[in-house]
Amino acid sequence: MEIIVLLKRVPATESMIGVADDGKSIKTDDLKWVVNPYDEFAVEEALRIKQTHGGTVTVLSVGSDKTAESIRTALAMGADKGILINDPATVNCDSLGTARVLAATIKALPYDLIISGMRAVDDDNYQVGPAVAEYLGIPHISMVIKEEISDGIIRCHRTVEGGTFVVEASLPALLTTQRGLNEPRYASLPGIMKAKKKPLEIKTLADIGLSTDDTGNPKTSIVGMKFPPERAGGKIIEGENAGAKAASLVKALVEEARIL
Amino acid sequence: MAEGVLAIAEQMDGVFKKAAIEAVSEGKRIAKNLGTTLTALVMGSNIEEMAKDLAKYGADRIVIADDPLLKNFLVDIYTDTATQIVESEHPAVIITGATSIGKDLCARLSARLDAALATDCVAIQIQKDQCRITRPMYGGKILADVVLEGFPKIIGIRPNAMGISESPAEGIMERFTPKIREGAMKFVEKTMDTGKVELTEADVIVSGGRGMGGPDYKIIEELASVLGGAVGASRSAVDEGWRPHSDQVGQTGKTVSPNLYIACGISGAIQHLAGMSSSKVIVAINKDPDAPIFSKADYGIVGDLFEVIPAITAEIKKNRG
Repeated sequence: MEIIVLLKRVPATESMIGVADDGKSIKTDDLKWVVNPYDEFAVEEALRIKQTHGGTVTVLSVGSDKTAESIRTALAMGADKGILINDPATVNCDSLGTARVLAATIKALPYDLIISGMRAVDDDNYQVGPAVAEYLGIPHISMVIKEEISDGIIRCHRTVEGGTFVVEASLPALLTTQRGLNEPRYASLPGIMKAKKKPLEIKTLADIGLSTDDTGNPKTSIVGMKFPPERAGGKIIEGENAGAKAASLVKALVEEARIL
Repeated sequence: MAEGVLAIAEQMDGVFKKAAIEAVSEGKRIAKNLGTTLTALVMGSNIEEMAKDLAKYGADRIVIADDPLLKNFLVDIYTDTATQIVESEHPAVIITGATSIGKDLCARLSARLDAALATDCVAIQIQKDQCRITRPMYGGKILADVVLEGFPKIIGIRPNAMGISESPAEGIMERFTPKIREGAMKFVEKTMDTGKVELTEADVIVSGGRGMGGPDYKIIEELASVLGGAVGASRSAVDEGWRPHSDQVGQTGKTVSPNLYIACGISGAIQHLAGMSSSKVIVAINKDPDAPIFSKADYGIVGDLFEVIPAITAEIKKNRG
Protein backbone atom coordinates (compact mmCIF):
# COMPACT_ATOMS: atom_id res chain seq x y z
CA MET A 1 0.00 0.00 0.00
CA GLU A 2 1.58 3.27 -1.14
CA ILE A 3 0.14 6.00 1.06
CA ILE A 4 0.63 9.73 0.62
CA VAL A 5 -0.23 12.11 3.46
CA LEU A 6 -0.85 15.78 2.69
CA LEU A 7 0.41 18.00 5.47
CA LYS A 8 0.21 21.69 6.30
CA ARG A 9 2.06 23.74 8.87
CA VAL A 10 -0.31 26.03 10.79
CA PRO A 11 -0.31 28.23 13.90
CA ALA A 12 -1.10 26.22 17.04
CA THR A 13 -4.76 26.50 17.98
CA GLU A 14 -3.93 28.07 21.34
CA SER A 15 -2.33 31.01 19.51
CA MET A 16 -3.67 34.52 19.75
CA ILE A 17 -3.97 35.63 16.14
CA GLY A 18 -3.10 39.23 15.26
CA VAL A 19 -3.56 41.16 12.02
CA ALA A 20 -0.33 42.34 10.35
CA ASP A 21 0.33 45.92 9.23
CA ASP A 22 -0.78 45.17 5.67
CA GLY A 23 -4.28 44.56 7.06
CA LYS A 24 -4.75 41.34 5.12
CA SER A 25 -2.46 38.77 6.69
CA ILE A 26 -1.68 37.61 10.19
CA LYS A 27 1.21 38.56 12.39
CA THR A 28 3.63 35.67 12.32
CA ASP A 29 6.20 36.77 14.91
CA ASP A 30 6.06 34.80 18.14
CA LEU A 31 3.59 32.28 16.76
CA LYS A 32 4.02 28.64 17.67
CA TRP A 33 3.67 26.51 14.55
CA VAL A 34 2.48 22.93 14.50
CA VAL A 35 1.34 20.21 12.12
CA ASN A 36 -2.34 20.88 11.31
CA PRO A 37 -4.20 18.71 13.87
CA TYR A 38 -6.33 17.06 11.17
CA ASP A 39 -3.13 16.16 9.29
CA GLU A 40 -1.83 14.48 12.44
CA PHE A 41 -4.88 12.22 12.24
CA ALA A 42 -3.88 11.59 8.61
CA VAL A 43 -0.30 10.62 9.53
CA GLU A 44 -1.54 8.35 12.32
CA GLU A 45 -4.10 6.62 10.10
CA ALA A 46 -1.50 6.12 7.36
CA LEU A 47 0.86 4.49 9.87
CA ARG A 48 -1.90 2.18 11.09
CA ILE A 49 -2.82 1.18 7.54
CA LYS A 50 0.83 0.53 6.78
CA GLN A 51 1.03 -1.68 9.86
CA THR A 52 -1.83 -3.84 8.57
CA HIS A 53 -1.22 -3.76 4.84
CA GLY A 54 2.49 -2.95 4.55
CA GLY A 55 3.85 -0.32 2.18
CA THR A 56 5.28 3.17 2.40
CA VAL A 57 4.05 6.41 3.95
CA THR A 58 5.17 9.55 2.12
CA VAL A 59 4.43 12.97 3.59
CA LEU A 60 3.91 15.76 1.09
CA SER A 61 3.65 19.47 1.78
CA VAL A 62 3.78 22.82 0.02
CA GLY A 63 5.55 25.41 2.11
CA SER A 64 8.74 27.15 3.12
CA ASP A 65 12.01 26.10 4.78
CA LYS A 66 10.21 25.96 8.12
CA THR A 67 7.72 23.44 6.76
CA ALA A 68 10.56 20.92 6.63
CA GLU A 69 10.40 20.84 10.44
CA SER A 70 6.74 19.83 10.31
CA ILE A 71 7.51 17.07 7.81
CA ARG A 72 10.27 15.88 10.18
CA THR A 73 7.67 15.68 12.93
CA ALA A 74 5.62 13.30 10.77
CA LEU A 75 8.76 11.32 9.93
CA ALA A 76 9.48 11.08 13.67
CA MET A 77 5.99 9.65 14.18
CA GLY A 78 6.98 6.92 11.74
CA ALA A 79 6.40 8.08 8.17
CA ASP A 80 9.04 6.87 5.72
CA LYS A 81 9.89 9.87 3.60
CA GLY A 82 8.98 13.44 2.90
CA ILE A 83 8.60 15.72 -0.09
CA LEU A 84 8.47 19.50 0.26
CA ILE A 85 7.51 21.75 -2.59
CA ASN A 86 9.37 24.92 -1.68
CA ASP A 87 9.03 27.62 -4.29
CA PRO A 88 8.36 31.33 -3.77
CA ALA A 89 5.81 31.14 -6.59
CA THR A 90 3.47 29.14 -4.35
CA VAL A 91 3.19 31.86 -1.70
CA ASN A 92 0.04 33.40 -3.12
CA CYS A 93 -1.62 30.14 -4.10
CA ASP A 94 -5.26 29.80 -3.17
CA SER A 95 -6.58 26.34 -2.31
CA LEU A 96 -7.00 25.36 -5.96
CA GLY A 97 -3.44 26.47 -6.72
CA THR A 98 -2.11 24.43 -3.81
CA ALA A 99 -4.17 21.44 -4.93
CA ARG A 100 -2.73 21.76 -8.44
CA VAL A 101 0.82 21.71 -7.06
CA LEU A 102 0.06 18.70 -4.85
CA ALA A 103 -1.66 16.79 -7.66
CA ALA A 104 1.19 17.48 -10.09
CA THR A 105 3.65 16.10 -7.54
CA ILE A 106 1.54 13.03 -6.81
CA LYS A 107 1.12 12.20 -10.51
CA ALA A 108 4.80 11.26 -10.65
CA LEU A 109 4.55 8.96 -7.63
CA PRO A 110 3.05 5.53 -7.06
CA TYR A 111 -0.02 5.77 -4.81
CA ASP A 112 -2.96 3.69 -3.64
CA LEU A 113 -4.31 6.01 -0.98
CA ILE A 114 -3.98 9.72 -0.20
CA ILE A 115 -4.98 11.04 3.21
CA SER A 116 -5.40 14.69 4.11
CA GLY A 117 -7.01 16.64 6.90
CA MET A 118 -10.62 17.63 6.16
CA ARG A 119 -9.50 21.21 6.71
CA ALA A 120 -6.51 23.17 7.90
CA VAL A 121 -7.25 25.06 11.09
CA ASP A 122 -5.80 28.29 9.65
CA ASP A 123 -7.85 29.08 6.54
CA ASP A 124 -10.62 26.54 7.27
CA ASN A 125 -11.31 26.08 3.55
CA TYR A 126 -12.20 22.36 3.38
CA GLN A 127 -11.10 22.45 -0.24
CA VAL A 128 -7.61 21.11 -0.90
CA GLY A 129 -8.22 17.36 -0.35
CA PRO A 130 -11.26 17.04 -2.63
CA ALA A 131 -9.62 19.29 -5.25
CA VAL A 132 -6.50 17.09 -5.34
CA ALA A 133 -8.75 14.05 -5.85
CA GLU A 134 -10.57 15.84 -8.66
CA TYR A 135 -7.31 16.79 -10.41
CA LEU A 136 -6.12 13.20 -10.13
CA GLY A 137 -9.48 11.85 -11.31
CA ILE A 138 -9.91 9.60 -8.28
CA PRO A 139 -12.79 9.33 -5.77
CA HIS A 140 -12.62 10.98 -2.38
CA ILE A 141 -14.47 10.48 0.89
CA SER A 142 -14.50 13.42 3.33
CA MET A 143 -14.70 13.68 7.12
CA VAL A 144 -13.83 10.07 7.81
CA ILE A 145 -13.99 8.66 11.36
CA LYS A 146 -13.39 5.01 10.49
CA GLU A 147 -11.99 3.13 7.51
CA GLU A 148 -11.42 -0.43 6.43
CA ILE A 149 -9.58 -1.63 3.34
CA SER A 150 -10.05 -4.94 1.59
CA ASP A 151 -9.78 -6.17 -1.99
CA GLY A 152 -8.94 -2.77 -3.40
CA ILE A 153 -11.98 -1.11 -1.79
CA ILE A 154 -11.93 1.36 1.08
CA ARG A 155 -15.06 1.50 3.20
CA CYS A 156 -15.42 4.63 5.31
CA HIS A 157 -17.71 5.98 7.97
CA ARG A 158 -18.06 9.70 7.36
CA THR A 159 -19.81 12.28 9.51
CA VAL A 160 -22.69 14.45 8.37
CA GLU A 161 -24.82 16.73 10.53
CA GLY A 162 -26.68 14.47 12.91
CA GLY A 163 -25.29 11.13 11.80
CA THR A 164 -22.87 9.09 9.74
CA PHE A 165 -22.82 7.62 6.24
CA VAL A 166 -21.01 4.46 5.26
CA VAL A 167 -19.51 4.89 1.80
CA GLU A 168 -17.16 2.79 -0.31
CA ALA A 169 -14.67 3.80 -2.96
CA SER A 170 -12.33 1.80 -5.12
CA LEU A 171 -8.62 2.50 -4.74
CA PRO A 172 -6.77 4.63 -5.53
CA ALA A 173 -8.79 7.10 -3.50
CA LEU A 174 -8.36 10.09 -1.22
CA LEU A 175 -9.87 10.45 2.21
CA THR A 176 -10.00 13.43 4.53
CA THR A 177 -9.86 13.01 8.28
CA GLN A 178 -12.40 14.02 10.90
CA ARG A 179 -11.82 14.26 14.63
CA GLY A 180 -12.57 10.86 16.14
CA LEU A 181 -10.67 8.83 13.53
CA ASN A 182 -7.78 8.05 15.88
CA GLU A 183 -5.53 9.40 18.62
CA PRO A 184 -2.25 10.45 16.99
CA ARG A 185 0.87 9.01 18.61
CA TYR A 186 3.63 11.20 19.96
CA ALA A 187 7.00 11.00 18.31
CA SER A 188 9.34 8.89 20.45
CA LEU A 189 12.92 9.92 21.10
CA PRO A 190 14.32 7.12 18.90
CA GLY A 191 11.73 8.16 16.31
CA ILE A 192 13.03 11.72 16.38
CA MET A 193 16.62 10.48 16.00
CA LYS A 194 15.67 8.24 13.07
CA ALA A 195 13.69 11.00 11.38
CA LYS A 196 16.85 13.04 10.90
CA LYS A 197 18.18 10.39 8.52
CA LYS A 198 14.98 9.77 6.58
CA PRO A 199 14.84 11.13 3.03
CA LEU A 200 13.25 14.55 2.57
CA GLU A 201 13.24 15.80 -1.01
CA ILE A 202 12.91 19.51 -1.67
CA LYS A 203 11.46 20.43 -5.04
CA THR A 204 10.55 23.53 -6.98
CA LEU A 205 7.62 24.04 -9.35
CA ALA A 206 9.91 23.41 -12.31
CA ASP A 207 10.85 20.02 -10.82
CA ILE A 208 7.21 18.92 -10.95
CA GLY A 209 6.58 20.34 -14.40
CA LEU A 210 4.58 23.41 -13.39
CA SER A 211 5.18 27.08 -14.01
CA THR A 212 3.97 30.24 -12.33
CA ASP A 213 1.03 30.22 -14.78
CA ASP A 214 -0.32 27.30 -12.79
CA THR A 215 -0.09 29.10 -9.46
CA GLY A 216 0.12 32.79 -10.25
CA ASN A 217 -3.51 33.71 -10.85
CA PRO A 218 -5.48 32.87 -7.75
CA LYS A 219 -9.26 33.08 -8.15
CA THR A 220 -9.68 34.00 -4.51
CA SER A 221 -7.63 36.55 -2.65
CA ILE A 222 -7.81 37.89 0.87
CA VAL A 223 -8.12 41.67 0.76
CA GLY A 224 -8.68 42.39 4.42
CA MET A 225 -8.72 40.85 7.87
CA LYS A 226 -10.42 42.05 10.98
CA PHE A 227 -11.37 40.79 14.37
CA PRO A 228 -14.91 39.63 15.02
CA PRO A 229 -16.93 42.21 16.97
CA GLU A 230 -15.52 42.31 20.47
CA ARG A 231 -17.89 40.92 23.07
CA ALA A 232 -17.91 42.94 26.23
CA GLY A 233 -18.39 40.97 29.40
CA GLY A 234 -21.97 41.41 30.45
CA LYS A 235 -23.55 41.33 33.81
CA ILE A 236 -23.02 38.87 36.58
CA ILE A 237 -26.38 37.86 37.95
CA GLU A 238 -26.50 38.06 41.72
CA GLY A 239 -28.94 36.36 44.03
CA GLU A 240 -29.33 34.78 47.43
CA ASN A 241 -29.25 31.24 46.10
CA ALA A 242 -29.33 29.22 42.89
CA GLY A 243 -33.10 29.57 42.59
CA ALA A 244 -33.00 33.35 42.85
CA LYS A 245 -30.17 33.59 40.32
CA ALA A 246 -31.99 31.28 37.92
CA ALA A 247 -35.17 33.38 38.20
CA SER A 248 -33.24 36.61 37.48
CA LEU A 249 -31.50 35.01 34.50
CA VAL A 250 -34.70 33.72 32.94
CA LYS A 251 -36.35 37.11 33.49
CA ALA A 252 -33.43 38.85 31.77
CA LEU A 253 -33.49 36.40 28.85
CA VAL A 254 -37.22 36.96 28.38
CA GLU A 255 -37.51 40.68 29.00
CA GLU A 256 -34.11 42.13 28.18
CA ALA A 257 -32.50 39.83 25.63
CA ARG A 258 -35.93 38.78 24.32
CA ILE A 259 -34.47 35.43 23.47
CA LEU A 260 -36.89 33.07 25.21
CA MET B 1 -22.30 35.19 -20.60
CA ALA B 2 -22.71 33.95 -17.08
CA GLU B 3 -25.88 35.25 -15.51
CA GLY B 4 -28.28 34.43 -12.73
CA VAL B 5 -27.94 32.83 -9.35
CA LEU B 6 -28.13 29.09 -8.81
CA ALA B 7 -28.96 27.94 -5.27
CA ILE B 8 -28.26 24.29 -4.58
CA ALA B 9 -30.80 23.22 -1.96
CA GLU B 10 -29.64 20.21 0.04
CA GLN B 11 -32.20 17.66 1.14
CA MET B 12 -32.03 14.33 2.85
CA ASP B 13 -34.84 11.79 2.64
CA GLY B 14 -37.31 14.39 1.45
CA VAL B 15 -36.51 17.06 4.02
CA PHE B 16 -34.62 20.25 3.23
CA LYS B 17 -31.72 21.18 5.42
CA LYS B 18 -32.26 24.46 7.24
CA ALA B 19 -29.09 25.68 5.49
CA ALA B 20 -30.74 24.91 2.14
CA ILE B 21 -33.56 27.34 2.85
CA GLU B 22 -31.02 29.87 4.10
CA ALA B 23 -29.10 29.50 0.82
CA VAL B 24 -32.23 30.02 -1.26
CA SER B 25 -33.18 33.08 0.83
CA GLU B 26 -29.70 34.58 0.49
CA GLY B 27 -29.59 33.60 -3.19
CA LYS B 28 -32.76 35.61 -3.72
CA ARG B 29 -31.25 38.65 -2.06
CA ILE B 30 -28.19 38.41 -4.32
CA ALA B 31 -30.33 37.89 -7.43
CA LYS B 32 -32.41 40.97 -6.60
CA ASN B 33 -29.25 43.04 -6.12
CA LEU B 34 -27.91 41.88 -9.47
CA GLY B 35 -31.27 42.39 -11.14
CA THR B 36 -31.37 38.76 -12.18
CA THR B 37 -33.26 35.57 -11.45
CA LEU B 38 -32.83 32.84 -8.88
CA THR B 39 -32.85 29.22 -9.96
CA ALA B 40 -33.00 26.58 -7.24
CA LEU B 41 -31.50 23.17 -7.86
CA VAL B 42 -32.68 20.11 -5.98
CA MET B 43 -30.92 16.78 -6.46
CA GLY B 44 -32.32 13.53 -5.13
CA SER B 45 -34.91 10.86 -5.73
CA ASN B 46 -38.68 11.52 -5.57
CA ILE B 47 -38.18 15.17 -4.79
CA GLU B 48 -40.64 16.86 -7.10
CA GLU B 49 -43.28 17.64 -4.46
CA MET B 50 -40.88 18.97 -1.86
CA ALA B 51 -38.99 21.05 -4.40
CA LYS B 52 -42.09 23.17 -5.05
CA ASP B 53 -41.74 24.70 -1.56
CA LEU B 54 -38.71 26.69 -2.71
CA ALA B 55 -40.94 29.10 -4.65
CA LYS B 56 -41.94 30.52 -1.28
CA TYR B 57 -38.36 31.62 -0.63
CA GLY B 58 -37.91 33.29 -3.98
CA ALA B 59 -36.99 30.64 -6.55
CA ASP B 60 -38.06 31.95 -9.96
CA ARG B 61 -37.27 28.55 -11.44
CA ILE B 62 -36.80 25.22 -9.72
CA VAL B 63 -34.67 22.66 -11.53
CA ILE B 64 -34.91 19.13 -10.25
CA ALA B 65 -32.53 16.30 -10.99
CA ASP B 66 -34.68 13.40 -9.87
CA ASP B 67 -32.96 10.06 -10.26
CA PRO B 68 -32.79 6.91 -8.11
CA LEU B 69 -28.99 7.13 -8.36
CA LEU B 70 -29.18 10.46 -6.50
CA LYS B 71 -31.18 9.05 -3.58
CA ASN B 72 -28.21 9.35 -1.25
CA PHE B 73 -25.31 11.78 -1.46
CA LEU B 74 -22.29 10.49 -3.31
CA VAL B 75 -19.86 13.22 -4.18
CA ASP B 76 -18.93 11.81 -7.60
CA ILE B 77 -22.37 11.61 -9.18
CA TYR B 78 -23.61 14.72 -7.39
CA THR B 79 -20.64 16.63 -8.83
CA ASP B 80 -21.36 15.20 -12.28
CA THR B 81 -25.00 16.25 -12.03
CA ALA B 82 -24.28 19.73 -10.71
CA THR B 83 -21.60 20.26 -13.37
CA GLN B 84 -23.99 19.35 -16.18
CA ILE B 85 -26.57 21.77 -14.83
CA VAL B 86 -24.02 24.56 -14.41
CA GLU B 87 -22.84 23.98 -17.98
CA SER B 88 -26.37 24.33 -19.27
CA GLU B 89 -27.41 27.24 -16.99
CA HIS B 90 -24.18 29.29 -16.91
CA PRO B 91 -24.92 30.91 -13.55
CA ALA B 92 -22.77 33.81 -12.39
CA VAL B 93 -23.10 32.72 -8.77
CA ILE B 94 -23.66 29.32 -7.17
CA ILE B 95 -24.76 29.41 -3.56
CA THR B 96 -25.32 26.59 -1.11
CA GLY B 97 -25.29 25.83 2.60
CA ALA B 98 -21.82 25.01 3.91
CA THR B 99 -22.91 21.80 5.59
CA SER B 100 -20.69 18.70 5.60
CA ILE B 101 -22.22 17.67 2.30
CA GLY B 102 -22.30 21.20 0.89
CA LYS B 103 -18.60 21.69 1.63
CA ASP B 104 -17.74 18.36 0.07
CA LEU B 105 -19.70 19.05 -3.11
CA CYS B 106 -18.46 22.66 -3.47
CA ALA B 107 -14.81 21.69 -3.07
CA ARG B 108 -15.00 19.09 -5.80
CA LEU B 109 -17.16 21.30 -8.01
CA SER B 110 -14.76 24.25 -7.70
CA ALA B 111 -11.90 22.10 -8.98
CA ARG B 112 -14.04 20.61 -11.77
CA LEU B 113 -15.23 24.04 -12.96
CA ASP B 114 -12.02 25.88 -12.08
CA ALA B 115 -14.23 28.23 -10.10
CA ALA B 116 -13.51 30.45 -7.11
CA LEU B 117 -14.92 29.06 -3.88
CA ALA B 118 -15.46 30.64 -0.49
CA THR B 119 -17.02 28.52 2.20
CA ASP B 120 -18.66 29.36 5.54
CA CYS B 121 -19.46 32.87 4.35
CA VAL B 122 -21.21 35.11 6.88
CA ALA B 123 -21.63 38.20 4.68
CA ILE B 124 -21.81 38.60 0.91
CA GLN B 125 -21.51 41.76 -1.17
CA ILE B 126 -21.95 41.29 -4.87
CA GLN B 127 -22.18 43.95 -7.52
CA LYS B 128 -22.00 43.40 -11.22
CA ASP B 129 -18.28 42.74 -11.49
CA GLN B 130 -17.28 42.52 -7.88
CA CYS B 131 -17.82 39.83 -5.35
CA ARG B 132 -16.51 40.28 -1.86
CA ILE B 133 -17.43 37.96 0.95
CA THR B 134 -16.62 37.77 4.63
CA ARG B 135 -15.73 34.47 6.22
CA PRO B 136 -14.16 33.37 9.49
CA MET B 137 -10.65 31.96 9.53
CA TYR B 138 -8.50 30.56 12.33
CA GLY B 139 -11.55 28.93 13.86
CA GLY B 140 -13.37 32.26 14.12
CA LYS B 141 -10.54 34.31 15.63
CA ILE B 142 -10.36 36.38 12.43
CA LEU B 143 -12.89 37.55 9.85
CA ALA B 144 -11.38 37.71 6.38
CA ASP B 145 -12.69 39.70 3.42
CA VAL B 146 -12.14 37.65 0.29
CA VAL B 147 -12.55 38.72 -3.33
CA LEU B 148 -13.68 36.05 -5.78
CA GLU B 149 -12.79 36.31 -9.48
CA GLY B 150 -14.13 34.66 -12.61
CA PHE B 151 -17.36 32.77 -13.30
CA PRO B 152 -19.10 31.04 -11.75
CA LYS B 153 -18.34 32.00 -8.19
CA ILE B 154 -19.22 29.37 -5.62
CA ILE B 155 -20.35 30.57 -2.21
CA GLY B 156 -21.03 28.28 0.73
CA ILE B 157 -22.89 30.06 3.50
CA ARG B 158 -22.32 29.21 7.13
CA PRO B 159 -25.36 27.43 8.58
CA ASN B 160 -27.34 29.56 11.03
CA ALA B 161 -25.48 32.75 10.10
CA MET B 162 -27.96 34.18 7.62
CA GLY B 163 -31.67 34.30 8.08
CA ILE B 164 -34.54 32.70 6.26
CA SER B 165 -36.87 35.10 4.50
CA GLU B 166 -39.96 34.45 2.44
CA SER B 167 -40.21 36.15 -0.93
CA PRO B 168 -42.79 34.31 -3.03
CA ALA B 169 -41.84 33.80 -6.68
CA GLU B 170 -43.21 31.83 -9.57
CA GLY B 171 -41.12 28.70 -9.06
CA ILE B 172 -41.43 27.28 -12.54
CA MET B 173 -40.60 23.59 -12.27
CA GLU B 174 -38.19 22.05 -14.76
CA ARG B 175 -36.78 18.57 -14.91
CA PHE B 176 -33.16 17.98 -15.77
CA THR B 177 -32.11 14.47 -16.72
CA PRO B 178 -28.45 14.13 -15.81
CA LYS B 179 -26.21 11.72 -17.67
CA ILE B 180 -24.88 9.79 -14.72
CA ARG B 181 -23.97 6.24 -13.91
CA GLU B 182 -22.61 4.43 -10.90
CA GLY B 183 -18.93 5.24 -10.61
CA ALA B 184 -16.10 4.31 -8.30
CA MET B 185 -18.17 5.05 -5.20
CA LYS B 186 -20.99 3.21 -3.50
CA PHE B 187 -23.37 4.29 -0.78
CA VAL B 188 -23.71 1.52 1.80
CA GLU B 189 -25.91 2.89 4.58
CA LYS B 190 -26.57 5.77 6.89
CA THR B 191 -27.23 6.06 10.60
CA MET B 192 -28.98 9.20 11.77
CA ASP B 193 -29.57 10.24 15.38
CA THR B 194 -33.29 10.69 15.30
CA GLY B 195 -34.75 13.53 17.28
CA LYS B 196 -31.37 15.06 18.04
CA VAL B 197 -30.96 18.73 17.23
CA GLU B 198 -27.82 19.31 15.15
CA LEU B 199 -25.36 21.67 16.81
CA THR B 200 -24.64 23.80 13.77
CA GLU B 201 -28.35 24.33 13.09
CA ALA B 202 -29.53 24.70 16.69
CA ASP B 203 -31.15 27.90 17.95
CA VAL B 204 -30.13 27.04 21.49
CA ILE B 205 -27.05 25.13 22.67
CA VAL B 206 -26.33 24.06 26.22
CA SER B 207 -22.69 22.98 26.56
CA GLY B 208 -20.93 21.25 29.40
CA GLY B 209 -17.22 21.29 30.13
CA ARG B 210 -14.75 19.99 32.65
CA GLY B 211 -16.91 21.35 35.45
CA MET B 212 -19.40 18.56 34.75
CA GLY B 213 -16.94 16.27 36.50
CA GLY B 214 -18.02 13.17 34.60
CA PRO B 215 -20.14 11.75 31.79
CA ASP B 216 -23.50 12.36 33.48
CA TYR B 217 -24.99 15.17 31.36
CA LYS B 218 -28.56 14.64 32.50
CA ILE B 219 -29.03 18.20 33.83
CA ILE B 220 -27.58 19.63 30.60
CA GLU B 221 -29.82 17.42 28.49
CA GLU B 222 -32.89 18.44 30.47
CA LEU B 223 -32.19 22.13 30.06
CA ALA B 224 -31.48 21.65 26.34
CA SER B 225 -34.69 19.69 26.05
CA VAL B 226 -36.96 22.36 27.61
CA LEU B 227 -35.34 24.92 25.31
CA GLY B 228 -35.62 22.70 22.22
CA GLY B 229 -31.87 22.95 21.84
CA ALA B 230 -28.80 20.81 21.33
CA VAL B 231 -26.14 19.59 23.75
CA GLY B 232 -22.55 20.64 23.16
CA ALA B 233 -19.28 20.01 24.96
CA SER B 234 -15.86 21.52 25.42
CA ARG B 235 -12.77 19.77 24.14
CA SER B 236 -11.76 18.62 27.60
CA ALA B 237 -15.14 16.91 28.11
CA VAL B 238 -14.69 15.16 24.75
CA ASP B 239 -11.08 14.23 25.51
CA GLU B 240 -12.24 12.73 28.81
CA GLY B 241 -14.60 10.54 26.82
CA TRP B 242 -17.69 12.04 28.46
CA ARG B 243 -19.23 13.16 25.17
CA PRO B 244 -18.84 12.12 21.51
CA HIS B 245 -16.52 14.04 19.17
CA SER B 246 -19.55 15.27 17.24
CA ASP B 247 -20.58 17.37 20.27
CA GLN B 248 -17.35 19.35 20.44
CA VAL B 249 -17.63 23.10 20.06
CA GLY B 250 -14.45 25.04 19.29
CA GLN B 251 -11.65 25.61 16.81
CA THR B 252 -10.98 21.90 16.30
CA GLY B 253 -14.65 21.00 16.64
CA LYS B 254 -17.73 22.80 15.42
CA THR B 255 -18.17 26.53 15.11
CA VAL B 256 -21.68 27.45 16.15
CA SER B 257 -23.81 30.58 16.15
CA PRO B 258 -27.07 29.86 17.95
CA ASN B 259 -29.38 32.54 19.36
CA LEU B 260 -28.54 31.37 22.85
CA TYR B 261 -25.41 29.57 24.03
CA ILE B 262 -25.27 28.41 27.64
CA ALA B 263 -21.76 27.39 28.74
CA CYS B 264 -21.80 25.27 31.88
CA GLY B 265 -18.59 24.51 33.72
CA ILE B 266 -16.53 25.69 30.74
CA SER B 267 -13.62 27.94 31.67
CA GLY B 268 -13.30 29.41 28.18
CA ALA B 269 -10.08 28.32 26.45
CA ILE B 270 -9.31 30.48 23.40
CA GLN B 271 -10.19 27.61 21.03
CA HIS B 272 -13.61 27.23 22.64
CA LEU B 273 -14.30 30.96 22.60
CA ALA B 274 -13.40 31.10 18.89
CA GLY B 275 -16.02 28.45 18.18
CA MET B 276 -18.96 30.07 19.97
CA SER B 277 -18.30 33.82 20.09
CA SER B 278 -20.64 34.49 17.18
CA SER B 279 -23.61 33.24 19.25
CA LYS B 280 -26.16 35.99 19.69
CA VAL B 281 -26.56 35.72 23.47
CA ILE B 282 -24.09 33.89 25.70
CA VAL B 283 -24.78 32.73 29.25
CA ALA B 284 -21.95 31.34 31.38
CA ILE B 285 -22.32 29.34 34.56
CA ASN B 286 -19.11 28.64 36.43
CA LYS B 287 -18.01 28.41 40.02
CA ASP B 288 -14.78 30.31 39.30
CA PRO B 289 -15.56 34.05 39.10
CA ASP B 290 -12.29 34.61 37.20
CA ALA B 291 -13.06 32.12 34.41
CA PRO B 292 -12.31 33.75 31.00
CA ILE B 293 -15.73 32.67 29.72
CA PHE B 294 -17.34 35.48 31.77
CA SER B 295 -15.52 38.08 29.65
CA LYS B 296 -17.47 36.88 26.60
CA ALA B 297 -20.81 36.22 28.27
CA ASP B 298 -23.79 38.54 28.22
CA TYR B 299 -25.00 37.01 31.46
CA GLY B 300 -22.93 35.18 34.02
CA ILE B 301 -23.84 33.18 37.07
CA VAL B 302 -21.12 32.35 39.56
CA GLY B 303 -22.19 29.23 41.33
CA ASP B 304 -22.47 25.47 41.50
CA LEU B 305 -23.79 24.32 38.15
CA PHE B 306 -25.41 21.27 39.72
CA GLU B 307 -27.69 23.66 41.62
CA VAL B 308 -28.00 26.44 39.06
CA ILE B 309 -28.83 24.42 35.93
CA PRO B 310 -31.76 22.46 37.43
CA ALA B 311 -33.02 25.74 38.89
CA ILE B 312 -32.97 27.36 35.43
CA THR B 313 -34.77 24.36 33.94
CA ALA B 314 -37.42 24.57 36.67
CA GLU B 315 -37.79 28.32 36.21
CA ILE B 316 -38.34 27.99 32.46
CA LYS B 317 -40.93 25.25 33.01
CA LYS B 318 -42.67 27.43 35.60
CA ASN B 319 -42.61 30.43 33.27
CA ARG B 320 -44.30 28.47 30.56
CA GLY B 321 -46.97 27.31 32.99
